[in-house]
Amino acid sequence: MTAVLFDNVSRHFGAVRAVDGVNLEIAEGEFFAMLGPSGSGKTTCLRLMAGFEQPTGGHIEIFGETAEGVPPYRRSVNTVFQDYALFPHLSILDNVAYGLMVKGVGREERRKAAEDALAMVKLPSYGSRRPGQLSGGQRQRVALARALVNKPKVLLLDEPLGALDLKLREQMQEELKSLQKSLGITFVFVTHDQGEALSMADRIAVFNDGRIQQLGSPEEVYKQPKTRFVADFVGSSNVLPAKLCQKLGVRSTYASLRPEAIALSAPGEGALSLNGTVSAHSFLGAVNRVVVDVDGARIAVASPASLVVPTVGSPVTISFAAHELHPMEDA
Amino acid sequence: MTTVAENFVLPERRGAAGRLSDFFWKHPHVLLTVMLAPPLLWLGVVYIGSLFALLLQSFFSIDDFSGLINYEFTFATYRQLLSETNLDIILRTVSMAAVVTVASALIAFPIAYYAARYAQGKWKVLFYLGIMLPLWSSYLVKIYAWKLILAKEGIVTWFLAKVHLQWLLDAWLSLPVVGGNSLSVSYTGTFIVFVYVWLPFMILPIQAALERVPGNLIEASSDLGGTPAQTFRYVLFPLALPGIVAGSIFTFSLTLGDYIIPQIIGSSRLFIGQAVYAQQGTAGNIPLAAAFTVVPIVIMGAYLYMAKRMGAFDAL
Repeated sequence: MTAVLFDNVSRHFGAVRAVDGVNLEIAEGEFFAMLGPSGSGKTTCLRLMAGFEQPTGGHIEIFGETAEGVPPYRRSVNTVFQDYALFPHLSILDNVAYGLMVKGVGREERRKAAEDALAMVKLPSYGSRRPGQLSGGQRQRVALARALVNKPKVLLLDEPLGALDLKLREQMQEELKSLQKSLGITFVFVTHDQGEALSMADRIAVFNDGRIQQLGSPEEVYKQPKTRFVADFVGSSNVLPAKLCQKLGVRSTYASLRPEAIALSAPGEGALSLNGTVSAHSFLGAVNRVVVDVDGARIAVASPASLVVPTVGSPVTISFAAHELHPMEDA
Repeated sequence: MTTVAENFVLPERRGAAGRLSDFFWKHPHVLLTVMLAPPLLWLGVVYIGSLFALLLQSFFSIDDFSGLINYEFTFATYRQLLSETNLDIILRTVSMAAVVTVASALIAFPIAYYAARYAQGKWKVLFYLGIMLPLWSSYLVKIYAWKLILAKEGIVTWFLAKVHLQWLLDAWLSLPVVGGNSLSVSYTGTFIVFVYVWLPFMILPIQAALERVPGNLIEASSDLGGTPAQTFRYVLFPLALPGIVAGSIFTFSLTLGDYIIPQIIGSSRLFIGQAVYAQQGTAGNIPLAAAFTVVPIVIMGAYLYMAKRMGAFDAL
């Protein structure tokens, strides 16, 4: 069943087209990521699902029901806010039980449900504290518990890991993923971190300028970017200009080539190659990033750290398998 | 590259000012003492000290025959304070202060909410002007203006007669306690003017409190299923409560102490402020006047204690 359906949805603020003709269909139980730079319309799309914004055009359905005109408090959709938005004057337990309290669930029942939810996010016995006494990671978990205790049909997450440090973020990514699997709830996740989207989502919609640039599995989006924007934003694909495309016999104007698909060696059988000079390199741990200048185009190569790095200025041949070269739409 | 300085340590600033800033930098607590001493002396000695001296007077008594103050510790003045007439004054003042405070809060909240949540740019400026402007004009002029507005020949009566609602005013004025000959000589008139004069003191703290409530808390409540009424009751109101309490401290204590408004507008019955004025002025009974001033202090103390117990300051 379709959990969320956007049919040509727009949200304009005066002359600003925050969301402009977006079509998408999110399946029930899916982990769906909306990826894009700030101001690309991904958060507005999330707010349209939550009901904080109303579309200025198009049609939204959530589980087959029309969403336009339905206020947030009558939607079985809950949000984990970017800065958590915990109620500072309530205890953690009352924060988590808030959704049940306003729906008239009895005191004892909602206390139990809230405690279960806190246990689920690994914060049992934190119920009597105040939000101000918790660390960022803990608040994040409370926000998650507060949303999930309502058993929403769709859980919306607005850059929920943005404020956490790297280690905590990786841990939360795994936990979110396994939580989503075990609960079977549809997760819609907004992020500007492509690594996060790639590692967690079942499908990704890449946003730019209020429109979806590409919608597909992480692998598709990563390996076969449809537009130059996607190639550039998701990871750091090389975009080969028209001149090189012609030389290599590609029919479209632009083509993408991932740095890790390129080798700094003479071509093997059936491989394509280009000649250039090394213009810069840097050590990134597992790989060396070598920038090669080919007829004025700068092409990044991810070379395994075990290999010798050619010195800057030396001529080099780069090679790659023909199927790694992906033609792109002109946009 | 141009050199910025010869050495790591820059040369000393010349003169006394330079030495002084070096000294204060090395001894921050001295700076703190220098800055805090004058206001603390003012508050501690001049302000609290004189207040304390006044309170001390309430434990003396007055000699009924000579009219001189008898400097002996006694509770006689407090016994006098609790006589029926004086209790009547206290009760009248406290009831008025309470009603004025509640009404101010009810009127102020929507205004403050609009100003904090929706007003932007020039509308915000307009809001501040609208709130502050009455504070810039003379208090007495405003009150006399209100006396004219509320008088029997005033604009309120005239307007109500024009829209054929004179009977409503007459019905209200014929009620016991709140009624009277005209609005300007009734408790209703006193109430209206009190609310008008103290309203800015209620609006500004509430607006400040609401301004600090992050918008996403309102959204979070709505997201979790809270209707607008529930969001107000469980999120907005508790978070605005410190502002409401702060505002009510102003309106409540200002009403408790005022002696001009009830003198110009209202029935001729006394309020605490008028009683203090009369006792220390005409009657020359400083001890009783002092005892009367203790009443608002005790009431405010009790009020703040209750507010704290009810958790009004939890969100601070």
